[in-house]
Amino acid sequence: MKSRESLPSWYELPIGGISRPNITPESKAGWRFEKPVIDNEKCIRCRLCFLYCPDAAIVESDEKYTTKTGKTYNVSYKINYYFCKGCGICAEECPVKAITMVPEV
Amino acid sequence: MTVNIRIPRTVWDLPREDYFVGGHNLCAGCTAGTIVRNLLKVAGPNTIVVNATGCLEVSTSLFPFTSWKVPWIHIAFENAAAVASGVEAAIKVLKEKGKIDPNKKINIIAIGGDGGTFDIGLQALSGMLERGHNVLYVVYDNEAYMNTGIQRSGATPYKAWTTTTPVGTIMRGEWRDKKDIIGIALAHKVPYIATANPAFLLDMDKKFAKALQIDGPSLIHVLMACTTGWRFDPKLGIKISKLAVETAVWVNLEYNYGKLEVTTPVPKRKHVREYLKLQGRYSHLTEEEINDIQERINRKVEEINRAVGKEVIGPLA
Ligand SMILES: Cc1ncc(C[n+]2csc(CCOP(=O)(O)OP(=O)(O)O)c2C)c(N)n1
Ligand code: SF4
Ligand code: SF4
Ligand code: SF4
Ligand SMILES: [Mg+2]
Repeated sequence: MKSRESLPSWYELPIGGISRPNITPESKAGWRFEKPVIDNEKCIRCRLCFLYCPDAAIVESDEKYTTKTGKTYNVSYKINYYFCKGCGICAEECPVKAITMVPEV
Repeated sequence: MTVNIRIPRTVWDLPREDYFVGGHNLCAGCTAGTIVRNLLKVAGPNTIVVNATGCLEVSTSLFPFTSWKVPWIHIAFENAAAVASGVEAAIKVLKEKGKIDPNKKINIIAIGGDGGTFDIGLQALSGMLERGHNVLYVVYDNEAYMNTGIQRSGATPYKAWTTTTPVGTIMRGEWRDKKDIIGIALAHKVPYIATANPAFLLDMDKKFAKALQIDGPSLIHVLMACTTGWRFDPKLGIKISKLAVETAVWVNLEYNYGKLEVTTPVPKRKHVREYLKLQGRYSHLTEEEINDIQERINRKVEEINRAVGKEVIGPLA
């Protein structure tokens, strides 16, 4: 959270209240009381959690991953804990239950 | 740069890139985030969004931050469709004057809540549809005025609790039926009208793409499960949306130039109880009241099957 003093004064504000686009907003980590953890061994790379997450908090990358049983995937998923609010939708909707919600300490 | 809209065939046809980013202030588990992320994945960067006030607008534009990586304008409660019409007309003129490449495809999308669409923005929407602007209007329907504290709207369903349709011995929640916004849009004879639901992601995203491909006005009515107003655990937003279709509380359909198709057929329906019991806004219902709601759904299903000409929604399992 920005301190009150660091906010711009009215005469510094752009006309019409135009926000500069693409400013990364503040972290939402403080909203969580549980955090999702992905088990890369179980995940079948169906993309559903990535598309369902309301907070764009699941990051998809081209990182390769080989499971212990020897299956190689060309795509990986990681949680972005800066944006994740811990809603649990990803864990609820994962078709193979590869995501567990773990209490925040 | 011309970016043509492609209809996604699988979820892998959607881009990795987001134009609606995280960090917004929608409640944890708010399915408005899912809907709009997908909408902008389909629409891409050459898009202008006109947003009526409501939860989505206030939660994504807290000064000096924005969650929108496309040009976005916050307007009043009642005039999203009117402003979108003006934006479309202005772009047409700029193209005619050669100030914008006439071949550049620019998507103009108006977004409003159910209050901003069914009620206060209805006149502006009617004008936009009537004048034939090339605008996609998306109404995200959480079935009440959520941003100001869960007041009922024309979209609030029969028997639902809201702060202005309270529950006691005399009042039992909303006593009127949900307004038929699709019927109202149909009366305007526009090229594309659809209903969608974020649980059925690909169906929803295909509809966004179809509407953006069409030259002319379109309306997509999306069910938006609201954890705060409907009183359910934040993890259940998608599950409840899915149940809405499985019980035929909600029907995924489209009207392509007036031709009706149900895009998610339901061979065997679940009892409406399955949908109602997960939501606190229905926790007051007696067995008799639940059966009353079920009867109403049965009649609606009959009507839809008759309109399609075959049984697209089956009997209760
Ligand atoms: C003319 C006018 N009246 C009232 C308001 C206050 N107001 C802001 S958002 C809102 C509710 C919006 O409801 P809806 O369109 O359903 O969107 P939701 O908040 O549910 O997403 C109201 C009443 C306003 N901004 N302008
Ligand atoms: S818990 Fe919710 S916010 Fe966090 S990654 Fe899962 S779906 Fe996204
Ligand atoms: S929903 Fe489950 S299986 Fe699918 S990509 Fe996410 S973690 Fe993997
Ligand atoms: S009140 Fe409902 S619609 Fe509004 S942000 Fe919360 S969950 Fe979303
Ligand atoms: Mg609403």
